[in-house]
Amino acid sequence: MVVMTGAQAYVKALEKEGVDTIFGITGAAVIPICDELLNSQIRYIGGVHEQGSTHMADGYARASGRVGVCQVTSGPGATNIVTGIATAQLDSSPVVAFTGQVPKYMVGTDAFQEVDIIGITASITKHNTQVREAKEIPQAVKSAFFISNTGRKGAVVVDLPKDTQTDSSEMVFPDKINFRGYHLVSEPDIQEIEWAAQLLARAKKPVIMAGGGVISSGASSELIELAELLVSPVAHSLMGKGSIPSTHPLNLGLCGMHGRCEANYLVPEADVLLVVGARFSDRTTGSLSGFTTNAKIIHLDVDKSEIDKNVDSITRVVGDAKSSLRMIRERIIELKQGSKNNSEWFKKIHDFRAMSEGLKSNSPINVPDIIRAIRRAMPRESIVVTDVGQHQMWSALFYDVYDAGYFLTSGGLGTMGWGTPAAIGAKVAKPDTPVLNISGDGSFSMTENNLAIAVEENLPITVVILNNNMLGMVAQWLRLFYNHRYSAVNRSKRPDFVKLAESYDAVGIHGEEINQIETEIRRSIKNKQTTVIDIKIDPEENVLPMIPPGGGLKDILIG
Amino acid sequence: MPKHVVSFIVENKPGVLFKVSNLFRRRGYNIDGITVGALLDPELSRMTVTVDADSRELNQIVEQLDKLVEVIKIKRLDPIRTICRELVLVKLMTQDPEARQEAVEAINENHGLILDIEPETIIAEITGEPSEIDKFLDRVKKIRIKEISRTGASAIEKGNVIL
Ligand SMILES: Cc1ncc(C[n+]2csc(CCOP(=O)(O)OP(=O)(O)O)c2C)c(N)n1
Repeated sequence: MVVMTGAQAYVKALEKEGVDTIFGITGAAVIPICDELLNSQIRYIGGVHEQGSTHMADGYARASGRVGVCQVTSGPGATNIVTGIATAQLDSSPVVAFTGQVPKYMVGTDAFQEVDIIGITASITKHNTQVREAKEIPQAVKSAFFISNTGRKGAVVVDLPKDTQTDSSEMVFPDKINFRGYHLVSEPDIQEIEWAAQLLARAKKPVIMAGGGVISSGASSELIELAELLVSPVAHSLMGKGSIPSTHPLNLGLCGMHGRCEANYLVPEADVLLVVGARFSDRTTGSLSGFTTNAKIIHLDVDKSEIDKNVDSITRVVGDAKSSLRMIRERIIELKQGSKNNSEWFKKIHDFRAMSEGLKSNSPINVPDIIRAIRRAMPRESIVVTDVGQHQMWSALFYDVYDAGYFLTSGGLGTMGWGTPAAIGAKVAKPDTPVLNISGDGSFSMTENNLAIAVEENLPITVVILNNNMLGMVAQWLRLFYNHRYSAVNRSKRPDFVKLAESYDAVGIHGEEINQIETEIRRSIKNKQTTVIDIKIDPEENVLPMIPPGGGLKDILIG
Repeated sequence: MPKHVVSFIVENKPGVLFKVSNLFRRRGYNIDGITVGALLDPELSRMTVTVDADSRELNQIVEQLDKLVEVIKIKRLDPIRTICRELVLVKLMTQDPEARQEAVEAINENHGLILDIEPETIIAEITGEPSEIDKFLDRVKKIRIKEISRTGASAIEKGNVIL
C-alpha cells in the first residue's frame, strides 16, 4: 500500500492499463491530473474542441481495438463530449471519458462550471460513475477500462471531483475486480450451437449477415470459413464492412437503405439467415415486413438484449462471435451435411451483382469513379474514415476493403464531423498506416479545425472532400421524396477549402480529374503531409441504389 | 396479481434509482409501479416493478435492466407462484356518523387497521393484492377520500427458491 494523491493514482492506474495516449482539453477541474501527466510517458494530445477529442479517442479505439481515452474539464468541457460519447456508444466502440468535476462539497450547488454529467450521459453510455473519494480512483479506472472493452464494447464516463484528484490516501491497485452486476458471457450454449448448426447444414438458400460485432470480436476468418463451408453469400451492415473482403466472391456487400442490389434481393429470399453481431437497425432492414419473408433467422450476438429486440429469431446463440462461429462450423462438419452446393442460388449472386455494376452516372466526374480512384491510390493496407452523408454511402458501396478495421464510419449515430478527428485518432493508433478521410463539404465544415492538431502533432492524414456545396444526402431526399423542394440544404458560401488547409500549414489541392486526384493522394502519403483535396462534384448526383424511407429491401430504386 | 412482476437486486448506492427509472423513460416502458427497499446486506436493495407489457417488451425490460452494472440479479417472477402485496394508507372524511360506520365496516371486511380517528377523519391501513386495494378504494370512494398513499407492489415467489 502506498500513499499518494488521487491524481497520482489516476495516472498510475492509466499506465497500468497500458494507456499510451490521452485526447482532451484542459480546464480548472482537471489541472491536478494534467499536471501529474507531466510526470508520465503518456502522450497528451490537446484538442481544439472536446467533441473532436472524443472522436479522436473513438478513431483510435476502432483502429487499434484498445480503449480510446479522453479527458476534459467540468461544465462545458463535459457537455462538449456528449456527441462523441453517443457516437462511440452506438457503434460499440470502447471509449473511456474522464470528466473533471467541481469539488464534492460544491456538487449540487450550481457551482461555476458544474454540470450533472452523470445524469446527462446515463442513457448514452454503457456505464458511468462519479468517484466519491480519492482512494476509489484505482478501482474506478480499472473498472471503466474493463467494462468499456469487454462483452459488447461501449463508452464509459468517469466523473472526477477536483478534491478526489488532490486528496491523498493509501491506494490499492487491484489486479482483478469482481463485479456483482457485470458478468461476461462465457462459452456459448452447446444446445444453441447445435440448433444453429442443424439449421444451417440443411439450408438450401443460406445467407449470412455480418455486423460490427464480427469486427470487434476479431471473427473475420471464422466468418469467412463458415461462409465458404456453406457456400453461403454474406451481406453486411454498414458497421460490418470489412468483415469479409469486398472482393470475396461470396460477399454481397452492403445491405439496407443504400444496399447493393445483390444484398437487398438475396437477403429476403434466404431460407436461413444467420445474423452475426448485428442488431437489425432500421437502416439495414428497411421495413420489417419486407425484411424476412421466408427466412428462419438465427441471431448470434454477445449482447443478449439484442435478441428478439427488433426481429424475432427462430434460434439464438448468445456468445462471442469468434468462438461461436468456430463451434458452429465444427459442428456442421461433424454433421457431414455442409454445402449442398446450390448452384442456382449461387448464380443469383452474379445476376444481381451485374445489376449493381450496371448503375452508371452520366456526370463528367462521377463519384463512384472517384471512390475507385482513391482505392487505387491508397496502399492495400491503409485506413479509410468517412463522414456522414452521400459520400459515406458512396464509400460504403464502392470502396473496396480487404480487412476488418480498415473502414471506419459513424454508423449508428451518423455523426457529421466525425471523420477528420477520427482519422487523426486512427493515425495515432497506427502511425505507419496511411489514413484517409472521405468527407463532404458539410461534414468537414463541422470539425475542420482539427487539421490544426494533425499538423501540430505530426499526424498526417489525407482528406478528400466530395464538395457539392450542399447538404447532399438531405438534398437527395428532397429531390426524390419532396418534389425537389430544397429547404435548408444549399450552402452558397463555403470557405475555399484549399486556402483553409494552407492556413493550417497543411497542403491544399483542387482535385480536377481522376488521374490528378490519384497522383495527389499518392504524393500526400509519400510526403507524409496532411493534405486536403477539394473535389467539386455534381450537386444533383444521387447515391444509388436507395430504398425509400419506409420501403422494404426489394423496393430498391436504381435509377 | 398485476400482469407481470419483475424483481431485481441492485447496489444500494446513490444514483441507482435514477439509472433504473431513466432506463424506463428512455426506452418508453410503461411501468405501473415500482418499489424499493433495503436488504439485510446493507450494500444491496431489492426493487420490484409491476408492468402491463407484451412479451417482447417484458423481455426487453428484463434484458435492458440486466445490462445496468448496478443491477446484480433480475427475474421475472412466475405469475402462478408469486405472492404480491401492496399497502395503502387512506384518509377518509367521516364527520357524518353514518359515513364513519360505513368506513369502519369496509376497513374491517378488508382486514384493515384503523390507525387514527379524529372527529372529522379516519386513517386506515389496508394490505392486500393490488387489485383488492383497488376494490377497497372503489368501495370507500362514496364516503369521500381525502388522501391516499399507496406503496406499490412488493412480491416474492413461493417455495424453496430465491431471486
Ligand atoms: C451532426 C449532424 N447534423 C445533421 C445531420 C443530418 N444530415 C445527414 S447527412 C447530411 C448532409 C451531409 O452533407 P455533407 O457532409 O456535405 O455530405 P454529402 O451528403 O453532401 O456527401 C445532414 C445534414 C447529421 N447526420 N449529423
